[in-house]
This record gives sequence, C-alpha cells and structure tokens, in this order.
Amino acid sequence: MSTLNAPPVSRALPSAEMPAAQERSRGYWTSALLRFRRDPVAMGAAVMVLLLIMLAIVGPWITPADPYAASMLKRLKPIGTEGFPLGTDELGRDMLSRLMAGARLSLFIGITPVVLAFLTGSVIGILAGYAGGMTNTAIMRTVDVFYAFPSVLLAIALSGVLGAGLVNSLTSLTIVFIPQIVRVAESVTTQVRTRDYVEAARASGASPFTIVRVHVLGNVLGPIFVYATSLIAVSMILASGLSFLGLGVKPPEPEWGLMLNTLRTAIYVQPWVAALPGLMIFITSISFNILSDGLRSAMDNKS
Amino acid sequence: MGVRRSRMGVSYPSQHPCQPTTMLAYLLRRIAYALPIMLGVALVCFLLVHIAPGDPLVSVLPADASVELQAQLRELYGFNRSLPEQFVMWVWRAMHGDLGMSIASNRPVATEVMVAVSNTLRLAVVATALGFLLGCLFGFVAGYFRHSWLDRLASMLSVLGVSVPHYWLGMVLVIIFSSQLMWLPATGAGPGGSDEWAWNWAHLQHLVLPAITMSVIPMGIVARTVRALVSDILDQEFIVGLRAKGLTHLDIFRHMVKNAAPTALAVMGLQLGYLLGGSILIETVFSWPGTGFLLNSAIFQRDLPLLQGTILVLALFFVLLNLLVDVLQTLLDPRIARA
Amino acid sequence: MSLHDDIGGPAQPLLSIRGLQKHFALKKGLMGQGGGVVRAVDGVDFEVLKGETLGVVGESGCGKSTTARLLMQLITPTAGEVIFDGCTVGSRDLPLKEFRRQVQMVFQDSYASLNPRLTIEDSITFGPQVHGVPRREALARTRDLLARVGLEPARFAERYPHELSGGQRQRVNIARALALQPRMVILDEAVSALDKSVEAQVLNLLTELKAEFGLTYVFISHDLNVVRYVSDRVMVMYLGQVAEIGPSDALFSQPAHPYTGALLSSMPSMDPDHRTEEPPLAGDPPNPINPPSGCRFHPRCGLAAPVCAQRMPVHSLTGPHHMAACLVHEPGSGHPRAPLAPAPAA
Repeated sequence: MSTLNAPPVSRALPSAEMPAAQERSRGYWTSALLRFRRDPVAMGAAVMVLLLIMLAIVGPWITPADPYAASMLKRLKPIGTEGFPLGTDELGRDMLSRLMAGARLSLFIGITPVVLAFLTGSVIGILAGYAGGMTNTAIMRTVDVFYAFPSVLLAIALSGVLGAGLVNSLTSLTIVFIPQIVRVAESVTTQVRTRDYVEAARASGASPFTIVRVHVLGNVLGPIFVYATSLIAVSMILASGLSFLGLGVKPPEPEWGLMLNTLRTAIYVQPWVAALPGLMIFITSISFNILSDGLRSAMDNKS
Repeated sequence: MGVRRSRMGVSYPSQHPCQPTTMLAYLLRRIAYALPIMLGVALVCFLLVHIAPGDPLVSVLPADASVELQAQLRELYGFNRSLPEQFVMWVWRAMHGDLGMSIASNRPVATEVMVAVSNTLRLAVVATALGFLLGCLFGFVAGYFRHSWLDRLASMLSVLGVSVPHYWLGMVLVIIFSSQLMWLPATGAGPGGSDEWAWNWAHLQHLVLPAITMSVIPMGIVARTVRALVSDILDQEFIVGLRAKGLTHLDIFRHMVKNAAPTALAVMGLQLGYLLGGSILIETVFSWPGTGFLLNSAIFQRDLPLLQGTILVLALFFVLLNLLVDVLQTLLDPRIARA
Repeated sequence: MSLHDDIGGPAQPLLSIRGLQKHFALKKGLMGQGGGVVRAVDGVDFEVLKGETLGVVGESGCGKSTTARLLMQLITPTAGEVIFDGCTVGSRDLPLKEFRRQVQMVFQDSYASLNPRLTIEDSITFGPQVHGVPRREALARTRDLLARVGLEPARFAERYPHELSGGQRQRVNIARALALQPRMVILDEAVSALDKSVEAQVLNLLTELKAEFGLTYVFISHDLNVVRYVSDRVMVMYLGQVAEIGPSDALFSQPAHPYTGALLSSMPSMDPDHRTEEPPLAGDPPNPINPPSGCRFHPRCGLAAPVCAQRMPVHSLTGPHHMAACLVHEPGSGHPRAPLAPAPAA
C-alpha cells in the first residue's frame, strides 16, 4: 500500500474539538420558538391572536346580551348607551354581543380555507416537486392557469357562480389558495430533492415514500407552514369581503363582514357604530400578519 | 403576492450572455407560452359559469313563458348545444370581439365591459401610481435607515397597508370626508352617465377617496419589496468598495435606483393587474361604475353572458399585463434570459 | 467483518464496468440553437479488485463524480454494464436494493450530506432500518460505529449536524456509510473540503476501517498527493474517458499517458532537484459537448501526431496491470513513436 509512514493517530478526538458539554441539543422548532420569544412585537401579536381564538371559541356563550334579539325601538343607538356599551345595529341588536359572537364565524371562514388549502396544496406540491418530469409539468401548468386570475376575481367569480352561503364561500376560497400553496410546496421540495442527504437516502435503498416521509417532509413543511400563516390575514379579509358583498354568510348570523354590509346605509346616522365590525377585521388581520412575519424571521435565521 | 420569475429550462453550460438571439428566443418563447395560458383561462371562465346550478334562462323568462318561447330563447343564446360546442363558438366569437348579448340589459357585452374597463382603469392607474410613489418612499426610508426607528415606523405603515380591509377603509374615509367634513362626495364617478368623463374637478373629486383607498394595498406591498431590495443592495460588498472610492450618498442612491428599478416596476405592474381584477369591493363601496360594479350586477342578476365576458376580459388583461411585465423586466435585466 | 458472502472468490473483481456511458441532452432553443449532447461519461471500462483502493483522478469536468453516481445507480446510465461480484446490478441475482446495501458512498459536502432536522443517531440508523434491522439493534450498531470513528456516542449521538465541525461530520458520514455493512465504499472527494490536519486524521481513520472491515474503496480526488498516499491502483480520467489505469507506484513514477505526465508535472514540488517550471498543459480546457475528434487529448498533447486527430486510441498494455489509452503504446497505430504491429502468425 503506501510507502509514507504516518504517525499512528489515536481514535479519540483531541479535546479541543469536543462540543460544549452543558448545552442540550436543540431541535429546529425549539430554537425557532426561542428566537420568536425574544421579539416583543411578534409576541404581542401572538397574544392577540390567542385572545381572538379564545373569543371565537367561547364568545357566543359569554355575550352580555342575546346577539339575535332585535328591537325596532332601539335601532342604531350610539356608543356608550346604557345597557349597550357599543351601541346597537340597524335592527336594534346589541353591537358588543354581536361582535363577540361574530368572532367565531369570522375566524372560522378566514382560517378554514387556509387549513384546507395547506393540507391539499402541500400534498399536491410535494408530489409535483419530488416526482419531477411529466407529473411536475402537468401539475404546474395547471396551477399556472389558475394563477393567471387575480385572487379576488377568482374568489368572487367562484362564489358568484356557486351561490351565497357558508360552505360555498369556504369552497371558493380554498380553491383560490390551493395554487399558491402548491407553488411554494413544489419550489421548496424541488430544492430539497437535490440535496446530498436525499441522494444519500436514495443510495441506502429506501423507497421514495420512505424518503419523503423521513427526509423531505421535515424540511419542507416548515416553510410551507410559514407561508400559509401569511395567507390567513388575506383570507380573513377576503372571506369577510365576500359576506360584505352578500356572497358569503347569510343574515341573521353575526359575522363581521356581513355586519359591515348591513350597516352600510347607517354610516350617515351612526358612523362609528357602523365602522366597528371592520375594526375587528382589521385588528385580526394585523395580528395574524405580524405573527406570520415574526415566524418567518424566527425560521429564516436557521434555514 | 410578490414578484414572479418565469421558469426556463436548465441550460448546461450557459450560452454567451448578451447575444440578441438569446433574448429574442426568450421573448418569443415567453409570448408563445402565454397563448395556452389564455386558452386555459378561457376554458376556466367558461366552465366556471356553466357548472353553476340552475337554469341560465330563469332570470330572464317570466314564470309562465310558453314552451316555444323558452325554446326560441335557448336557441338564440345557444344554450341548447353541447358544452364543447358552446365553448368553441364562444371562443371563436370572442376572438372577433363579440362577447354575446347581456341578458339583463340587452346591450352587447363587449360594449358594456369596455366602458366599465375604462372607468376602472382610470381608478386603478391613479391608485397604483399613488401607491407606488408612497411605497417607494417608505420602502427606501425603511431600507436605508435599517433597524432605526424610521425603519420600524415605515415598516409598520406598510404592514398596516397590507392588513387593512380596504372596503372598510373606504367606509371610514367616506365617514370622515363625506359625511362629517363634507369635503368630498361619497359615491359615483361624477355628473353625467358612466361613459362620460372629463379631467376636471367635478369628476376628479369623485376619484380622490376611491383612489386613496385603493392605493393602500399596493403601497404596502411595494414598500415591503423596496425595503428588501434596498437592504439587499446595501449588504452587497461592492457598496463598501464604492464608498471607499469616495462616492457620495447621492451616487449610491442613483446606483440603488438603477438596481432596484426592474423589480420594483415589475411589482407595480403586477399590482395594477390585481387592482384591475380585484376592484369589485371598493367599487361597491363607492358605487364606482367600473368592472367590479358590473361583475356585481352580473352575479346578482345571473346574467351569464355578461359574467362570462367580464371575467374573461379581466383575466386576459391580467395575463397580458404579466407578459408585459416579464418582457420589460427582461429588457431591463438581460440576466433573466440567461437564467 | 462484512456479513455478505463473497460470491466469486478473491480472483473475481468486485466491480466490473463495461462501456459505461452517460449523455445529457441539452434543450434546443426556439430558433434551433443550442441542443447537442454533453458526453459526461463516454465509454468507460475498468475493474475494481477485492480489497484494494482504486484512486480516481482527473481535472474538474472529466466525469469522475458522474462515474461515481453511475456506479451507485443514482443516475441511470445511457449505456453500459455494472457488474458486482459477477452479478449484473438490477437483475434477479442482484436487485437494486440489495446492491445498495453492499455499496455505499461518502460525499464531498459534509454538511449537505446530513439532514439538518435529524439527530446524528437518526441519520445513521435510517439505512439499517430501511433494510429491516429492528430499531434497538440499529441503535446499538450506530453507537458502536460512532465510537469506532472516534466520536463518543454519549456526547454525539443526540446532536444535530450544525453543532459539529466539518471533520466530525465527515466521520458521521463514514459511520453512516458503514452502518449498512457494505463491501465497497465510494469516497467522492470525501476529504477535499477539510482542513489539512483534519484530512490526515480522516484518511488514517479510513485506512484503519478498511483493514478492520475488509472493505474495498474507490477514492475519487483531484489531490494527487492524497491519492498516491491511499491508493493501490490509480485510474486517470480525461473528458469522460479513461486515459490510464495502473498500480499506484508505477503510474506515479513512470506515467504512460501524456496527460498523466502533464498532471504529475503540474504538482508543485518541494524538491530543488525537480523544479516545476513551465505549465505542462497547453491549450483550452475541454468542452464536453464538442469533444475533439480522435484522441480527446490531442489538442493539448506534447506528443501529438496527425494520426491522433483521426483515430480513437484503445487501451494498450504498457506494463503489468498497467494500461494507457494512447496511440504511442498501440502497436501499428501509425504514430511515429508507436512500436510496429507484431507480424501475423505464419
């Protein structure tokens, strides 16, 4: 073999190369969460989102008055009226109660399409990204056609065609968001697929399904998830917008967008009461946006 | 809603950069690629409308219409043919500028749509320009003075821009400026019918509130993009080199504009497209007689030809705008053709 | 210690490559420009004997890494055969999954080779578990291997790749390759990215492991000194073909192919008696899309004759187990320096 004589090297590493003994190993999500905790604005937004979600869950049960109780005598009372701290709407119902009860429906129609799109879009996108070739081309060209529509247009066209109603607007919004998630999923999966550790996994004889499960998913779902959270704010505004146009939830359900619609004519009579539901949408949207931005910064540092 | 990069095939190894044939080939390829997309868009439009439940003629016919009358109308609108036939006929006619007749108003769809498009364009162009200017300003300030309080403030403004429900913002502006202060009108596009327009104050005053409302979203997105661009450019090492050579701030600014312009303009172009297609909510609030308004009435009157025609025109505008943006970007930055 | 039964005995080569080819097609432009084919690997024949270390050298772009991936079947060859211990890979005698258990690879980029989301332990146990080894046994094997490559299991098993240095990660990659108890390991520039001192340690580790586990190595590198240190035989590649292959000492002291000679002369020398003077390789680096006609090296070769542009040389024996693809050594080739063809038997 070799003619050069190398001094025998002991197998143990020199002590300088040892990692610090005290620190526990941190996984990917743990270190991202820790970084997130250090950002005060993002934490504030996270708290807000948590409050809103709690409101959505328990809201209808803790309202001070019945959100459906109408009274033509008490129509459009201003903010600060006795017994109606935020005034009443055009049918005399207590605004505070309706706003609280409306959180459930508004958040539901905002978040659900994104969740559904995340689930279906990820599967399609990861498939397109890992399979490559003709499968990829077929899927991505189809996605391109849907991408050729501005999202608002597509959502309204779909809603208009399917008709008003909760399920229909959920369907149309999900369809609008799926192509966006597929794009992100495919892009990230294609990047990961060419990494050496995936090649090494193929070299050890694993089936494509196992490789995707063990190596691809963990590296891909993070970025897709962060992208999906950035869609929630858009979805909320769009979903409430559909109700605002009369294409979403039907009266008398309390939903912030719908409330804006029915109170539109009241802006000359009780402007600030009429503007309240939109304020709720705004607060929710901003909180989700800041939360999603914060998540992205926390994840970006590592990857 | 960021910038889209066109995807080209991998080249190995890369060909010589600035050859005109490469650019021309890229452009031709890009244009040729848009054609199947447009066909796909037409297909989706058509399918959208025809999978709707319900008989399309229901909105037009009186309840006691005779069978012959029904058959006549069906024949007239072509509803009795098979779907593929209807699709081909519709596309063929559309290519010649005939989008059918509106069931509700009995006027040609093409005319109605074009009038509405011109109204929306006016609004959208002004809104985009305004949003772009403000967005560039905020974005530049945020990126240049990174991590300072200016950055935080400007970034906060852009987040606000993106998060605000624009239809609500419209309502609030109407409350403040129309109802309370009475400075500006609340609805409509001005005196006279929807196809009359003049650039005088009588009309412009109607434009102010809707344009401001509409400009908020592009402002937010452009600000975010410009901030990232400026930040990236500042990070590059050759800036340090340039400073070492003694360049003034003004020169660096000019340099930054040159580098950031292609992407920023691309984003602006895309935003214009989104506003064109997505104007319905704001137009509803301000009763602005544009495409959104038309879409709204088409939906509620179940006027299928009008609905189909409007969606098609809006989507095609968007595709063409995307194409234009891609082409312009390539002309400004030849590296993309090579990529 | 390999558990796999030796099929053909020590005389049979472990790996036999015949006529291996890999062509990449280029996309044609809209106007018909572009197109063409990159001949990354263009007709490669060689053997890897049991228990040896075969070094593979050549300039960037000569096809070394592509060949490695073709051997591992990570990319499918355009043509050619890969025969492992007498069985064709992918046939019923040797299904692909079984082949993958017997041949493993260590890559150049130690960080990119490890999944950043998995602990070291999980990365190493993945392979055995794919082949049906129960988790407890796989874990035991992992800890054992970590100790053998010099990483204390208690400290390292639950770490993540980003917490380790380059040399440590490469040791992990080696442990991962050995976890499947392979018979052959392909090392694709495995030490090229490491600092010199770490490189020496890892090389010594590889040598020890080879003796202990009875492995066969294919060692790809562009560093001639390292290749000389570890290899028994060396193969020199140029533009997708084998230029020369032979015993390490013979090849380095008496290179038969002009390209090998040029490569060796370009090594900086510490010996004042043998100074490196002019750059021995002239001409432009090769283009794999449009290779030169005839012998591919002829535009840059100091010994080129007109016939070199016309005829593609075949492998000619220039010494015991030593072959070069050069017309100079091919009897009757027409090159002024070539020996005459042997007279036909009467």
